[in-house]
Amino acid sequence: MSTTESTPADRTPDAEEWLRIQSSPDFVQLRHRLRTFVFPMTAVFLAWYLLYVLLADYAHGFMSTKLFGNITVGLVFGLLQFVSTFVITALYVRYANRKLDPVAEQIRTEIEGAAK
Amino acid sequence: MRVLAQGVEGSNPTLNIAIFAGFVVITLIVVLRASRNTKTAADYYAAGRAFTGPQNGIAISGDYLSAASFLGIAGAIAVNGYDGFLYSIGFLVAWLVALLLVAELLRNTGKYTMGDVLSFRMRQRPVRAAASISTLAVSFFYLLAQMAGAGGLVALLLGISSKGGQAAVIAVVGVLMIVYVLVGGMKGTTWVQIIKAVLLILGAAAMTVWVLGKYGFNLSSLLQGAVDKAGKTGEALLGPGKQYGATGTSKLDFFSLGLALVLGTAGLPHVLMRFYTVPTAKEARRSVVWAIGLIGVFYLFTLVLGYGAGALVGPTKINAAPGGVNSAAPLLAQALGGPVLLGFIAAVAFATILAVVAGLTITASASFAHDIYANVIKKGQVDDKQQEVRVARITAVVIGVVAVGGGIIANGQNVAFLVALAFAVAASANLPTILFSLFWKRFNTSGALWSIYGGLAITILLIVFSPAVSGKPVNPKTGKSLSMIQGVDFHWFPLDNPGLVSIPLSFLLGIVGTLISKERNDAKYAEMEVRALTGAGAEQAVAH
Repeated sequence: MSTTESTPADRTPDAEEWLRIQSSPDFVQLRHRLRTFVFPMTAVFLAWYLLYVLLADYAHGFMSTKLFGNITVGLVFGLLQFVSTFVITALYVRYANRKLDPVAEQIRTEIEGAAK
Repeated sequence: MRVLAQGVEGSNPTLNIAIFAGFVVITLIVVLRASRNTKTAADYYAAGRAFTGPQNGIAISGDYLSAASFLGIAGAIAVNGYDGFLYSIGFLVAWLVALLLVAELLRNTGKYTMGDVLSFRMRQRPVRAAASISTLAVSFFYLLAQMAGAGGLVALLLGISSKGGQAAVIAVVGVLMIVYVLVGGMKGTTWVQIIKAVLLILGAAAMTVWVLGKYGFNLSSLLQGAVDKAGKTGEALLGPGKQYGATGTSKLDFFSLGLALVLGTAGLPHVLMRFYTVPTAKEARRSVVWAIGLIGVFYLFTLVLGYGAGALVGPTKINAAPGGVNSAAPLLAQALGGPVLLGFIAAVAFATILAVVAGLTITASASFAHDIYANVIKKGQVDDKQQEVRVARITAVVIGVVAVGGGIIANGQNVAFLVALAFAVAASANLPTILFSLFWKRFNTSGALWSIYGGLAITILLIVFSPAVSGKPVNPKTGKSLSMIQGVDFHWFPLDNPGLVSIPLSFLLGIVGTLISKERNDAKYAEMEVRALTGAGAEQAVAH
């Protein structure tokens, strides 16, 4: 049984190496792919959530309107927040699996392979 | 002294205690088994990084679905209708921040604590000290809220109404929690969370189906039931505004709360630390996906349970019960399944407090031992990792004792604002610092210190001078004010929830603090960014 902790420091590239990798085309592409997905998506879900909170806070009449039976606009709006959360989660997982993981893995293999 | 008086009518305290004792025995066996492999620091703090994503996701939901969110939200929906539902949405959407911006990058760059990430490219000692102080503050507020809640829960579920008896039960909860943490470390604590989460979600699912079944699986009829039972004001349950819609200030307060809820989760140290218990960033992502699924489904259950309690028990009876709105879910359990189901829900509620408190304690103790002891006091020169773990264990005992003491003092006080305070501090002091540190190249030590200390100070200052602490009008019926401190009024900040002011200010402080300092370390940022995005050199799982 081995209980030694791994020490990544042993095979860590030096400062110049990190800078070189950071400016490599592969890495620039990875960063671009990550940021162009997560930043706009964060803006979207925050805006959507805040819109919901503001409506619930200031538009009581509208949110209390009954659509069918006792199901109000507010209830549907609230349930849609659940739906949007699940959908964004699924979209991100799909995107990360296809567009982020392969590039990240390739760069990681290069770094760890080269330093061994 | 009648220790075992009737709490909830029809409740059987002996049965409740027996079911809870069963939970304790089973979890203790699991914790003991888990402790066999707890040897290194990575074992104690991060469970050897050997949990799978789904396991960790279940544990995260166990950690997150505290008694406040289970009993509190169901009760709020039963009594205030739609406004209670609003809470749960903030708690859920917040996970997208963790998923998209924090979880994976944090897992790749850190080792055990939030301080690992924040101090990665900064001057170690000041930033680690600040990160640890903030971690301790958030954990302490959260811990106190849970422990104080335990007192009320005891009154409700075990029928223990004397202050002395409640203090004894709080002490028992504290001692059990310390045992879990000391013996099992992160691995034992994680298993406790997993068991608790499974019981809680299954219990809630069964009750949800049961309630819906009574109304022909028609949500609209269930809502009609709640409206009818509530009498004249019943219609108000269906739309927003019953709780928060009274005045312009209360509306603004709700907006402020909503902001803190959605931005606070990804800055809660005990949530962040859970991401270190999995082997890779990809597993961290899977953890969040599982957590979002389980937490989302659970909040949908509470929607049904809340309106179900409103329809089958009724707000009048709920408000009159010991424990007030917190008694909605237990009373519903009793109305559906009698004393046995009530006993089950009661035991799960206790288990919830126990598990959440254990998770908070291990986080706080890890932060103290790893950030303050090992890196600030010993300047990173601890030769013996065992010594660091020993310090963590001692800290856990100290925190446990403080939590019990604080819980006994706070018992019966109106400390509901403490959970909101914990979220506000997490959203103000922690989240801006984490985001800047992961995404902003220019960010530096000065910026980190400004956003952490600034966010912490502003949030606490605004809370101390808020109506939550003093100056709410006295209710003529009870002769008491809803503020924590009675009889004085020193508030000048109009809102209970400081988030609306403190969160933007903290982001601003992080920017100002950064720009007034010349320090910048592009090479270290390059290393951090490459590691964060690719997982190169990330901490590996411990092989046993």
